[in-house]
Amino acid sequence: MELLLTLVLGLLYAAGVYLILRRSMVKLLLGIMLLGNGTNLLIFLLGKLVKGQPPVMDESVSVFKDIYADPIPQALILTAIVISFGITSFAIVLLKRVYALVDSDDLDDLNTPEEEEEDL
Amino acid sequence: MLFTVLTGLITSSLLVPFGKFIRTKGSIILPFIPVLLFLFYVLHIPSVAVGTNFTQNIPWVPSLGANLDFRLDGLSLLFALLITGIGSAIFIYARSYLKGHPYFDRFFAYLLLFMSAMLGLVLSNNILILFVFWELTSISSFFLIGFNNDNSDSRKSALTALSITGLGGFFLLAGLIILGNISGTFIISELFSKRELILAHPLAPLATILLFVGAFTKSAQFPFHFWLPGAMKAPTPVSAYLHSATMVKAGIYLLARFTPILGGTDLWSYTLIIVGGFTMLYAAIHSLFRTDLKAILAYSTISALGILTFLLGLGSTEAIIAASVFIVVHALYKATLFMTTGIIDHEAHTRDISVLAGLRQVMLPVFIAGLLAALSSAGLPLTFGFIGKDLIYDAGLNQKDNLTTLWTSLAVLTNVCLVAAGFMAGIKPFVGQLPDTFSKIKLPSLALWLPPLTLAILGIFFGLFPHIAGEYLSQQTTNSILGYNTTVNLKIWHGFNTVLLLSVLTLVLGSIIYIFNKPSALKLARIERFNYLSPEFLTKKIGSAITQFSCWYTALIHDGYLRSYHFKIIIFAELLLGYKLWISGPINLDFNALTPLSWYEVGIIIMLIGALYIIVSTKSRLTSVVASSVIGYCISLLFVVYSAPDLALTQFTIDTLTTVLFVLVLYKLPAFLKLASNRILIRDAIVALGFGTILSLITLKILYEPNTIETSNFYGNNAYLLAKGKNVVNIILVDFRGIDTLFETVVLAVAALGVYSLIRLRMKASEKE
Repeated sequence: MELLLTLVLGLLYAAGVYLILRRSMVKLLLGIMLLGNGTNLLIFLLGKLVKGQPPVMDESVSVFKDIYADPIPQALILTAIVISFGITSFAIVLLKRVYALVDSDDLDDLNTPEEEEEDL
Repeated sequence: MLFTVLTGLITSSLLVPFGKFIRTKGSIILPFIPVLLFLFYVLHIPSVAVGTNFTQNIPWVPSLGANLDFRLDGLSLLFALLITGIGSAIFIYARSYLKGHPYFDRFFAYLLLFMSAMLGLVLSNNILILFVFWELTSISSFFLIGFNNDNSDSRKSALTALSITGLGGFFLLAGLIILGNISGTFIISELFSKRELILAHPLAPLATILLFVGAFTKSAQFPFHFWLPGAMKAPTPVSAYLHSATMVKAGIYLLARFTPILGGTDLWSYTLIIVGGFTMLYAAIHSLFRTDLKAILAYSTISALGILTFLLGLGSTEAIIAASVFIVVHALYKATLFMTTGIIDHEAHTRDISVLAGLRQVMLPVFIAGLLAALSSAGLPLTFGFIGKDLIYDAGLNQKDNLTTLWTSLAVLTNVCLVAAGFMAGIKPFVGQLPDTFSKIKLPSLALWLPPLTLAILGIFFGLFPHIAGEYLSQQTTNSILGYNTTVNLKIWHGFNTVLLLSVLTLVLGSIIYIFNKPSALKLARIERFNYLSPEFLTKKIGSAITQFSCWYTALIHDGYLRSYHFKIIIFAELLLGYKLWISGPINLDFNALTPLSWYEVGIIIMLIGALYIIVSTKSRLTSVVASSVIGYCISLLFVVYSAPDLALTQFTIDTLTTVLFVLVLYKLPAFLKLASNRILIRDAIVALGFGTILSLITLKILYEPNTIETSNFYGNNAYLLAKGKNVVNIILVDFRGIDTLFETVVLAVAALGVYSLIRLRMKASEKE
């Protein structure tokens, strides 16, 4: 399973990179989200994969007796998911605003007039 | 001594709030500052003349060894007297010269800053403090050269001067730090006793060369000399003060100060002799072809600085005596000539000597000042210049090597040119027929012509009574430079000897050149054909080449397209990570340690990869957003399978929210356009797959690295015992790392505020267009 997840992780990164090399702003955003997912998976893989043993104790005990999944990567990923949501939601709204102003999804249309003058 | 340095600094900053007062009624107090300081140092002459040194130590940054250590010995006193004495004359002169100028207060603020910095420089007994003051003089010089800041030539000259002297400052700092490290002390008077230790060190030659670059840039030695003629863009009082009498001599001061420490080696002597010798002749010849009075004076100043460097290089007792006398001689006559030039410029509004003539009829006192200075510069008997020149020739003739003839003839040739240049600047504008255009000129006010006249008369006074200058000034200066005691006995008359013969020869030849050399714009143009060989031209070429390269390089990297930055960053990351991966050796996989596969996991992964394919290839925006949410749900399912219920819940919620937001906001947008050619798409795909592969390989490599589980175990074991919670992930977030989570909430709150205000923001009518 680890091998398969490694493959998926690589593909997530590849797709993310491919999308951020595009001109469309929506694709840029999707690419960043994919990169975030890839990174979460990478962190997840660094703890051991454990099936059916979440780091939650039974009602009756106060210390773990069996093997349990590593809680630290999970805590890190949880934080990452929440923060990336903050960024994504802000970016989406920003994107809407840009679209309303420039009427385009093309990053190249965002160049300031100054730079355009230089290009001429 | 500290207070003399601080006086100027404090008054300089006081001019900011009291600018208006100084511009109008208060300007009368300005000249009193240098005059009082001058008197203070004059009172020190008797005690220093018998060999007393004054020191003062005030801790500033003791941990760095940078303390305000001041020391007044013969050499420092000579310079302090020059700075405050010439300063007094300049302050009186400039107050009148710049009367009514809108930046009057600013000018004096800079000038006071300079005076303090220069005093600090020559009084410093700590090489770090010396450097600080050194840089301060460069900075104040920059402001004064660029004083007429509406003139682009002024600004350019100021920048040139700052870059040359500033560059030299870096070298100087490096040299000083090496010296400090070799000897273990930053205190100059302690360095004197460590001469043997320093010279034996392998880094000593490097320190010497670095020091030379600092001194040569400041004192305008070839090939760094070209900033000085440009510096003549400054108002004339500044040229007289900074760029002939004091600041440019800071480099000479530095060399003199370090002569007892580093001097006497072949590297030291021959570098100084060659650089100084070349500079003095080169600049002296150049001065003959100028038509601008200030340009003549600028080149003859460079030449005089060359003579001083040359003398320090010769290094014999005679040469050092000559140097210590010539510093005073030159300061007196050159400041005078600059001030008379300033008066001419001020009244006749031109400095072109091919036009100026006959001014003695309208400004006699100015003529007398110019004449006396020119005679002193020419070294006529009974002037101080005569004594200075004799000593120079004496030093050349008595040099203890086989090249005495060469040194002496170099000195004679230089002086021949300087005689002519001095006459051109001090006499030529005043003699001959007065043109009609100048007949209406009136004698300027007393404050303008008295300072130069005083200095000129002082030059004659020292010429008539040389033993006064010898006993009170040159004696201890020479001792400070040499590091041992010697007797300086200056006499008017040396008898009939070779030196006298050479002096007469110099005068005669110089006068002949003066009579027959008629500088004109045409001649100047002929000379300037060779400009492409000059250091100035080459430096500017190098400068513009560097600018061009930077522009090209910036355009290459910084092309204004986000995706191209991404591309470069990713390629760079790939190279770096790929290389690291390559050198870290093969990947060892333990297939037995892998978790077994089940069919539903394979199903999730197939779904995920399918969604990835869709997101990359689809043309519809909605489809891609949906595909993105499918990916999120798949990952959420993986979390479910692998014992991470909290993650699964969070991922599920967040993904749903993101998709809803995406669709709500973006449903209006048009479909994706195809904006790139197939070739570029394939290139990007290769780069992207390369990046993915590298990251997969890295993950494989670290998969079975032994990881430390102490921290995890700590949390696992103590979640209930310490924090009374049974869900370890939750306990980590809200208890063990509670503050982190609090700040995370703050981040989210800020993002939410941003989202809310962007949605509520109404567009203005102008933006809609």
